Amino acid sequence: MIAFVLQRLLQGIVVMLVVGFIAFSLFNFVGDPVSLMLPPEATQADRDAMRQSLGLDRPFYLQFVTFVENALHGNFGISLRLGRPVSTLLVERLPATLELAMSAALIALAVGIPIGVYTALRRDSWFARLLLTTSLVGVSLPNFLIGIFLILIFAVWLGVLPSFGRGDTVALGAWTTGFLTQSGLKALILPAVTLSFFPLTLVMRLVRAEMLEVLRTDYIKFARARGLSDRAVHFRHALKNTLVPVITIAGLQLGGIIAFAIITEQVFQWPGMGLLFIQAVQFADIPVMAAYLCLIGLIFVVINLIVDMLYYAVDPRLRAERAGAGGH
Amino acid sequence: MAQDLGYGTTAGVQAPPPGWLRRFLDGDIFHAFKRSPLTITASLIFLLIVMAALFAPWVAPHNPFDLRTLNLLDAFTPPSWTGRGNPTYLLGTDDQGRDVISAIIFGSRMSLVIGLAATVLAMILGVTLGLLSGYVGGKVDAFIMRVADVQLSFPAILIALLIDGLARASLPKEMHDTLAVYVLILAIAAAGWVNYARTVRGSTLVERNKEYVQAARVIGRHPLAIMFSHVLPNVLGPVLVIATLQIGAAIITESSLSFLGVGVPPTQPSLGTLIRIGNDFLFSGEWWITVFPGAALVILVLSINVLGDWLRDALNPRLR
Repeated sequence: MIAFVLQRLLQGIVVMLVVGFIAFSLFNFVGDPVSLMLPPEATQADRDAMRQSLGLDRPFYLQFVTFVENALHGNFGISLRLGRPVSTLLVERLPATLELAMSAALIALAVGIPIGVYTALRRDSWFARLLLTTSLVGVSLPNFLIGIFLILIFAVWLGVLPSFGRGDTVALGAWTTGFLTQSGLKALILPAVTLSFFPLTLVMRLVRAEMLEVLRTDYIKFARARGLSDRAVHFRHALKNTLVPVITIAGLQLGGIIAFAIITEQVFQWPGMGLLFIQAVQFADIPVMAAYLCLIGLIFVVINLIVDMLYYAVDPRLRAERAGAGGH
Repeated sequence: MAQDLGYGTTAGVQAPPPGWLRRFLDGDIFHAFKRSPLTITASLIFLLIVMAALFAPWVAPHNPFDLRTLNLLDAFTPPSWTGRGNPTYLLGTDDQGRDVISAIIFGSRMSLVIGLAATVLAMILGVTLGLLSGYVGGKVDAFIMRVADVQLSFPAILIALLIDGLARASLPKEMHDTLAVYVLILAIAAAGWVNYARTVRGSTLVERNKEYVQAARVIGRHPLAIMFSHVLPNVLGPVLVIATLQIGAAIITESSLSFLGVGVPPTQPSLGTLIRIGNDFLFSGEWWITVFPGAALVILVLSINVLGDWLRDALNPRLR
């Protein structure tokens, strides 16, 4: 177990170094940071002084080491567009994105699992077929279009829900939350539903496929033969065993949801990291892009690590396999 | 085809081998096609959109990019059936008086071109890297697959955004505007090669040890020749299925990028650009500027996905 965790940890560090290197290259080679930071009338002497103060005259690998050190201290420089430290900007925006992503993930699980179970148990009913077809349509719908249609229906035509922003927020230390005010919760509904759509169809299809698989196994037949009620067989025996892969995929999807929030945040002008990033791309604001990349990379690596360990802890078959394969 | 029909009916005479079209029409795949009304509908719709896009300058009732024909007095005309509409503009006009249906036809042309080009480029890139990875093995394989692993943990849209942002930062503005479409194709392709590479690598690993490859190696053919003229044709089947499904994904990625404002320039709008333009007028009640391009996008992607789904099942012998 310890060897496995260490190996995964090492892999994660390598991935972070690669991501950091890409971010570092972005920083140093795309556009000249010196000319970006100095006014156009600066002299050559000014440029050299700036270059020296930024450490750009030092060897390449030393610069990378400095970059990693700074990144570990959360120092990603100053946003070219807003003129404020990038780390402060990201920390300000982080709560909005995380609250949105968490709510979307919760909706996806809370709605996706029951629908998945239903479509597996009543696989031939017309309603199950309808749900399945709808999910295919859902996969073909671009995320931003779902948002626009929801805005059109609920904000423009019915006028019951707000279409942009976060509503009122309450500050809990450094964390600003929209969960505690009525307008914050109302503002959350449309973006969260929009963002949950894709993972919801995924969870639903996964639960359905796994349920169908499990219902065919011998221990389910045996449970039925023992005279257990349908309810006990379906929920206590079958569903429990399908949840392992579902939790894994849902966990892995969480990173994807955070990244996909870029689009949802743009549609609803949700003041999160994604909106910051998309504005950075439009203005070629390299420090923000680099920092966002590192942060998303970190979130992905951490989630992958946790999911791997959970999987390892939950599924005994994996442990046996690894032991058999000689600790590959 | 005509020859086959003539000979085949004569009794007692051995029929010549049927032509490829005949073979196709008698084959399993076409049989499966005929039995699926959903697939037939989807392919008809897809064909219709492709035709309209191909002949856009002749099919579209107006030229939305000819500034001389635009009249600002016609701006914000609602669809023709709403009562306040104008019969020359079936689906209404946008803020600059452009005919919405013509803009959709030209826009789907742009979306299709970028989606197809990006898919083909990703396929070439992925198949080449997959062949190399599977055939050469060793360090090359390890390197390519690690890169693929790292990339796969990031969503395609993020990678495409990053490449686009890179190009934006490193190219001068005017140059970026002229190159925007190519940058976009490259960005989407670079985000999508991994699927092909993984699949091709897997089947190449199997093919590599077969006798025909060993024979080719023994007679001293160049490794590149073996890869591309011997192994490639045998690993291409699954690649085509992935490609069909990827066209839809590529079109969605393109429209998302254009919607975010980092895709194609507004002078050559794609469906995503049209939706973004219309989005600004959603609140003032001009819903048709957004809704119709949006519906066109959904219909296009849905028809491609239905075709791809069907192709995957039809080519999968286990499901027959």
